[in-house]
Amino acid sequence: MNIATKTSFVLHRRHLLGIEGLSPDEITGLLDLAEEYVDLNRQIDKKRSSLRGRTIINLFFEASTRTQSSFELAGKRLGADVMNMSVATSSVKKGETLVDTAMTLNAMHPDILVVRHHASGAVALLAQKVDGSVVNAGDGAHEHPTQALLDALTIRRNKGRIDGLTVTICGDILHSRVARSNIVLLNAMGARVRVVAPSTLLPSGIERFGVEVSRDMREGLKGADIVMMLRLQRERMNGSFVPSTQEYFHYYGLDQKKLGYAKADALVMHPGPMNRGVEIDSAVADGAQSLIREQVEMGVAVRMAVLEALSRNLPNA
Amino acid sequence: MLSDRRPILLANARIVDPSRDLDFAGDLLIADGVIREAKQGIHAAGVPEGTEIIDCDGQLVAPGLVDMRAFIGEPGAEYRETLASASQAAAAGGVTTIVCQPNTNPVIDDPAIVDFVLRRARDTAIVHVHPMAALTKGLDGMELAEIGLLKAAGAVAFTDGSKSVLNAQVMRRALTYAGDFDALVVHHTEDPDLVSDGVMNEGEFAARLGLFGIPRAAETIILERDIRLVATTRARYHAASITCADSLAVLRRAKDAGLPVTAAASVNHLTLNEIDIGAYRTFFKMSPPLRAEEDRIALVEALAQGLLDVMMSDHNPQDVETKRLPFAEAAAGAIGLETMLAAGLRLVHNGEMKLITLLKAMSARPAELLRLQCGTLRPGSPADVIVVDIDDPWVLDPADLKSKCKNTPFDEARLQGRVKRTIVAGRTVFEYTSA
Repeated sequence: MNIATKTSFVLHRRHLLGIEGLSPDEITGLLDLAEEYVDLNRQIDKKRSSLRGRTIINLFFEASTRTQSSFELAGKRLGADVMNMSVATSSVKKGETLVDTAMTLNAMHPDILVVRHHASGAVALLAQKVDGSVVNAGDGAHEHPTQALLDALTIRRNKGRIDGLTVTICGDILHSRVARSNIVLLNAMGARVRVVAPSTLLPSGIERFGVEVSRDMREGLKGADIVMMLRLQRERMNGSFVPSTQEYFHYYGLDQKKLGYAKADALVMHPGPMNRGVEIDSAVADGAQSLIREQVEMGVAVRMAVLEALSRNLPNA
Repeated sequence: MLSDRRPILLANARIVDPSRDLDFAGDLLIADGVIREAKQGIHAAGVPEGTEIIDCDGQLVAPGLVDMRAFIGEPGAEYRETLASASQAAAAGGVTTIVCQPNTNPVIDDPAIVDFVLRRARDTAIVHVHPMAALTKGLDGMELAEIGLLKAAGAVAFTDGSKSVLNAQVMRRALTYAGDFDALVVHHTEDPDLVSDGVMNEGEFAARLGLFGIPRAAETIILERDIRLVATTRARYHAASITCADSLAVLRRAKDAGLPVTAAASVNHLTLNEIDIGAYRTFFKMSPPLRAEEDRIALVEALAQGLLDVMMSDHNPQDVETKRLPFAEAAAGAIGLETMLAAGLRLVHNGEMKLITLLKAMSARPAELLRLQCGTLRPGSPADVIVVDIDDPWVLDPADLKSKCKNTPFDEARLQGRVKRTIVAGRTVFEYTSA
C-alpha cells in the first residue's frame, strides 16, 4: 500500500536556516506534512519518488552520526541522490575556507545542501554563496531547526497539541542550539517555556527570550507537561562551567525523584546522544515516560517534510 | 595633485578652531607651510602676489584631523595597508596626522624601527605619521621596552596595541618608568580571560545569535586597576578605546580625583551598536566589541561633555581572507581613516554634539595629549588644514575607498559631510573632484 501525500504544503523559502522567522502556519504546515511521512515510514515500501533526479549533499563540518544518517535516509526515501561529505576530516585541514568549499560544491549543482558547522552563522554564510537550497543541520550554538521541528512533532503526537503546554528545558542552555530553536518554536506555537540550569550555563539575556528561568529543578519542573533534557558536553563538566558530573547530576540530573515534580503524565525528551548518569538517569531515559526513541523516528519524517517542502519551491519543481 | 608651496588663501570660510574655541566667518592665509593668519577681511585687505585664492563659499575650514589609533600593516603586512595607502585614505578623510600602532612585524619596540617608520612615512606618505612604540618588548607584557630611547627616536606614546598588560606589577613599573620621561602610556583595556570565547557584546543579542559574549567587566576591571596604579605613579595614562557606560563612571571618578587620565572612543563605538551586526556581518566585528545602544548614547554624551577626550578611527584593515568567515572565526576591526569625519558628523547632524566639540576630539585634544604642534589654526602653526562641506550628502561606495582593504562598516551607508580639500604643511594633498 502506498500512501499518497495529501498535503500540498510548500515552504516558500529558499533555505531553512532557523526556526526564527518561521510563522506558526509554516511550522504547522511542516508538521502536517511530516505526519504523513510517519505513516509512510512504517510501511514496507518506504520509497517515494518526489525528489527523483535531485541531488542532496550532506555537508558536515562537525561529526554527527545520527543527524547525518537521519537526513540521508530522509533524502533517499524521497528518491534523491544523497552524498555525504565530512569536511571535518578533509578540505578544512588543507586550509580551504568555508566559502571555497561552498563554491566548489555549488559547481556540482546540488539541489539541496544540508549543512552542519561548529560556528554560529556559518550555514547562513554558506547559503549566500550557493544556488540551491540550504538546510541548517546545526550551526554552533545558534539553531538546529529540524531538531526543534521533530521535537514539536513528537510533542503534538503525544499530547495532541503544543498550545498551552508547559515545556521545561533543562541543562546546558548556553551552548545549545537545540534549546534556542526549541524556545523560538515553542513560543511561536503557544507553549509556556521554562529553562532550568545553573547560572554558568545560562546565556546572558535569557530572561528576554520569553521564558521563565529557574536554577532549581523542583521549581522548574513543577506542573511541566514536557521535560526536555540537554546534553552536557564532556569538556564543560569538570570545573569550567560546573564543578563535577557528580554535583551536576545531584542538582540537575533527571532521575525518577525529580521527574516526580512534574505532572504525573509528563513526558521526557532528549535530543541525544545522552550522557547517562550525567544529565539523565537510565531508569528515566528508558522508562515509560520517555519519548527519546520516538524522537529519533520523528526525525526522519520531519527531515523528509523539510526536504520535500523546500524542493517544491526549487526552480523546475 | 601636489601643488607648489605658493601661498594659499582660503577665503569666505566658516573657520572653526577648536584649540581656541573660535567659530567665525573669515579667511585663512597659509604661506611657507604655516598658518599666517585667520580672521575676517584678509582677502579684502590684499594678499601676497601669486597667492592661490580658494573661495570656500561658506564651507568649514578646520585644523586637519589627528587620528590617535590606526593599525597599519607596514612593516610586515603591506598587502593589507602601507603607510602610503593609509596616508592616501587619511588625506581623503581629512586626517593630516596618523598615529600608527606598534603591533607590526617586527614590532615597533626598537628605536631603529621607529626610525624606519618615520623614514618610510617621509618618503611615501602624504600626511604626517607618528608611531606609538611598544610599552613592553615584543608586546608580550613582561619586560619594559626602551621607553627613553624610543621617545627620543620619535615615538609619541607607548602602548601594547590591541593587547592589555595583564601583569599588574609590569604595568605599575611601566607607568612609573614612563613618568620619568613624561611619556604617555596608552592602554587597551580588555581582560583576555574574561573575553575568552567571546566575539561580541554579552547580552540578549549575542545569546540569540548563538555567539559568546564579552562582558563589560572585561574592560572596566582593567581600567579600574590601571587607574589605581596611576594614582600611585602619577604617570600620564590614556585609555585607548572605551566602549561602555560602566567605564565612563570609572573615568569620571579618576578625573574628579585630578588624575592625569584621558580616554578615547572609536568612531564605530560612537555611531554604531551591537544590533548593526545583524545576521553575522563580520565588518561589524570589533575589538573591543560594539556595545548596546545605551552605551553608545552614554559615550556620545561623555564626548560632548569632555569626559571622553578623543575620538579616533581605530583604522584596522582586514581583507577578504580574514573577514569572509563565520563570525566567530573572522578577524576583528574596521577601516576608518576615510570615514571618521563623515560618520562622526552624524552626531552633529543629529544634534547630539556641537561641531566644534566633535572637531576638538579629533584634532586639538589628541594633538595636546601627544604634544604635537598641530590640531590648531593659531598663526605660526603648521598649515595642516581641511576644507569640508559638512552638509554634502553621499553614499559610500567601497570601490571609491583609497585604503587597500574595504572592510568598512559604512559600506553603502548614507553619510553627510565631505572633505573637499586637505592641506598638509601648506601643500594641497587631496582635492575632492566629483566623479
